[in-house]
Amino acid sequence: MKTFGGPALFLDRSDINTDEIIPAKYLTEITKEDLKPYLLEDLKLPGFDPKSDKTFGAGAVVTRANFGCGSSREHAPWVFEVNGINVVIAQSFARIFRQNMFNCGMAAIELSPEKIDQLFSYAGAVDAAIEVDVANTTLTVKGGGREESMQFEISPFDKALVLAGGWVDYADSKY
Amino acid sequence: MGMTTAQKIFAAHLVDEPFAGTKVLGIDVVMCHEITTPIAIADLMARGKDRVFDNTKIKAVIDHVTPSKDSKTATQAKMLRDWARRHDIKDFFDIGANGVCHALFPEKGFIRPGNTVIMGDSHTCTHGAFGAFAAGVGTTDLEVGILKGVCAFREPKTIRINLNGTLPKGVYAKDAILRVIGELTVNGATDRVIEFGGPIVDGMTMESRMTLCNMAIEAGGTSGICAPDRVTVDYLWPFISDSFASKEAAVAEYSKWASDADAEYDKVIDLDLSNLTPLCTFGYKPDQVKSIDEMAGQPVDQIYLGSCTNGRLEDLRVAAQILKGKKIAPTVRAILSPATPQIYKDAVAEGLIQIFMDAGFCVTNPTCGACLGMSNGVLAEGEVCASTTNRNFMGRMGKGGMVHLLSPATAAASAIEGKLADPRKYL
Repeated sequence: MKTFGGPALFLDRSDINTDEIIPAKYLTEITKEDLKPYLLEDLKLPGFDPKSDKTFGAGAVVTRANFGCGSSREHAPWVFEVNGINVVIAQSFARIFRQNMFNCGMAAIELSPEKIDQLFSYAGAVDAAIEVDVANTTLTVKGGGREESMQFEISPFDKALVLAGGWVDYADSKY
Repeated sequence: MGMTTAQKIFAAHLVDEPFAGTKVLGIDVVMCHEITTPIAIADLMARGKDRVFDNTKIKAVIDHVTPSKDSKTATQAKMLRDWARRHDIKDFFDIGANGVCHALFPEKGFIRPGNTVIMGDSHTCTHGAFGAFAAGVGTTDLEVGILKGVCAFREPKTIRINLNGTLPKGVYAKDAILRVIGELTVNGATDRVIEFGGPIVDGMTMESRMTLCNMAIEAGGTSGICAPDRVTVDYLWPFISDSFASKEAAVAEYSKWASDADAEYDKVIDLDLSNLTPLCTFGYKPDQVKSIDEMAGQPVDQIYLGSCTNGRLEDLRVAAQILKGKKIAPTVRAILSPATPQIYKDAVAEGLIQIFMDAGFCVTNPTCGACLGMSNGVLAEGEVCASTTNRNFMGRMGKGGMVHLLSPATAAASAIEGKLADPRKYL
């Protein structure tokens, strides 16, 4: 079973759009690997540096509402994937981004605002990290000497996509 | 209990329900462009599955960066072109015949009431104007669509928007949809279909209905939808006249896709637009909308008229009416991209292109380029564009640039004054 998560990157704003995740000018790349240097390049947040080791060393993203709104570009999940980020945890997602994550065999996990706040309470810890167990729908956050686990919900279809490694293999075996 | 248009289309296209709430639909039209399709093609080739489920149901166009601006975009175009030839995709539109996908494909009559449509492009929701379920998808969904002709959805609920009253002079479909997005907010329709109805929509052209449905995604909506009616049939008639004895017969057939009177909606919103003013966005989200009364006078550097939202003939007519005999302000540059070659030709024939060029507009070929900051009108850091497009995200039209979304009329008035301006005084 693939493991999900790693060092946590906290993006404290709602409505982060796909242009901020990967600007359109890089959509001319025709391999996923070529997107790697441009992760979150145009995202402007207080204290956030897209070019930092923290950004490129992350394994999980924690953010607020309507993450991934805007364009349908799957380059957004791909730029996470090629940088080792395979889970995004948010209060809510834009539909296409959410579907793209699961279609790639990655996890887009929705939590209540209260649980998202609880995760953000770890944002100050330099060693903040999140591990996600998709099969058992639990996630564990640790950092600054603290640790806790919480349950999440995921639709059976989305779970099946993650476990199958994505929609192409799933659909190809079934339809 | 009656059904909504979306429910009827889902029921008629259901292939599988692998889990409760997840519906795999058969897809009638799979649309492809050169930005999101090449990686799907490459992946299919790598898997040894370089096939298409039905080459008559696949439509392809090079539209985002065309003619190609560099080696990378030329390679993307070549990948799509080679693939279309390899699979004998007849409805492939290359340089000379190409236009903005969501204007070109409707113009060719590819979308019919009751259809399911997907494309690797978020503004695919435009095609719901024909009473279709049309959803933007990512490259993986597109790839499966190309290979298998299916796509999975959570069945969306429907938000019904009734546009009541009459639109005042100088106020258009673009203003109406900006008003709706301001009401719904940028995620108010996530996992929902937005169904537009009411007297204003009933009286709208297909072009205006496409403008409405085009921006459903800006409220998070999966598809926009308008009920098919006589207006729909009139638009489609050149393509369907062999299939029906009369237009009345076509209306009767297509009307079965309209929502039932007792259909159950997630919510119903009534908006009386009789006192609506021209609108304009002020921030970096499409729900940040103000009246032009408040925004007039704000400086702009560039005017852009075009895109899948507002690059159609009626948009050009309205703008030309305002620009006729006038010049754009010396402090701005203005760009017009008619959305398809046919629109371009019609605009030439009607003398509209002459008006734009006399006013000082640069007229480019049909392309998406400037709208997403890829080509043909990219902004510099700190510049501001008054644009008839659909997205005002920070840097959307160029890193560090700002976009005000507005109607073609408001764009034309702003071009004359060199700052955001009220079109009503020119009408």
